[in-house]
Amino acid sequence: MSFDAIDTWWWPFVFILIAGWAATDGWRFLGVYLGGKLSEESDLLVFVRCVATALVAAVIANLVVFPGGALADSPLLLRIVAAIIAFSAYLLTRKNILLGILAGEAVLLSGLFLL
Amino acid sequence: MSDNAKSEPQRAEHQQGEGRAYWYLRGVLRSFSVPGLVLTSAFIGFASLARDAGLSLVQTVFMTGMIWALPAKVVLVGAILAGSSLPATALAVALSSVRLAPMVVALMPEMRTPRTRPWVLYLLSHFVAITSWVLAMESLRSVPREMRTTYYAGLGSTLVLANMIVVALVFLLASHLPPQVSAALFFLTPIYFLTSLWGSARERAGHVAMILGLASGPLFRLLMPGFELLAAGLIAGGAAYAWHRAQRRKEVVG
Repeated sequence: MSFDAIDTWWWPFVFILIAGWAATDGWRFLGVYLGGKLSEESDLLVFVRCVATALVAAVIANLVVFPGGALADSPLLLRIVAAIIAFSAYLLTRKNILLGILAGEAVLLSGLFLL
Repeated sequence: MSDNAKSEPQRAEHQQGEGRAYWYLRGVLRSFSVPGLVLTSAFIGFASLARDAGLSLVQTVFMTGMIWALPAKVVLVGAILAGSSLPATALAVALSSVRLAPMVVALMPEMRTPRTRPWVLYLLSHFVAITSWVLAMESLRSVPREMRTTYYAGLGSTLVLANMIVVALVFLLASHLPPQVSAALFFLTPIYFLTSLWGSARERAGHVAMILGLASGPLFRLLMPGFELLAAGLIAGGAAYAWHRAQRRKEVVG
């Protein structure tokens, strides 16, 4: 029952709906249901924010350390150095996101063309 | 001020009527920003990934509208490429998306008023993904509470629709990108989130959670592949919360 298993026009869409839509919006709807029970000042919400932030941070780190696509062919050290420089530039420029991104991309691209 | 509005219900209603369109538009405009631009670049990278995987334009646009969260879509395309079965693919996508639940839980109390209808929140929750969440956590504080759902509707729907169009355009227009350009586009997503997540933190514990989460993501990927996000969220997030409690106790005592 893979994506190519049934040779009709509609099967890929059913596959995307079950494996994609249900698997993501299910969590979102659960979040609305549970979020309705918490107030904004609740201490439990600090915990939930901590978990959500740590999860997103883990996604970020894995995108840098174990990337997919064209980025997978670049050296790991180059990606880590570029990410550290991006974050340092962001902090040094008083939290300017654009300058942070430009610094990181500049390091990555020069590394890719020079190495 | 609220007493005043209550004593003049008609005027209050009129102001609200004007306010809805204004705040919707403010939300729409917020999506045309550096974060929105970065997300669009990431979607250019994703669309070329999907095209290389043999997906059609309609399938990829459909996927963008229905799933929306980029990491979940990357996992889905990866599973399709690997020829995974439907249950295995659904499990992988679901595991990569657990974070959506706590993100929505954290966001809902910011948007909700006692009069907000539940279906509005369920509908709006579909727009939750990292970019719109970070943008909302940053900007909702400066939006009047009554207008926050409207604002987020403008922000979220514009991001989704604009990127569905971008995905279609990449399929129609782009020839194969040079590998360095694709790599640079893929790299935009993590470094954008790296900077913006720091700025969206509500309390110091958010920064602690972020640092611990960054370290534990790759660590748990090696220790327990498939469950790394769940483990990183609970352990790193739990540790940050414990730090938060310890700090507060110190403040109370000291």
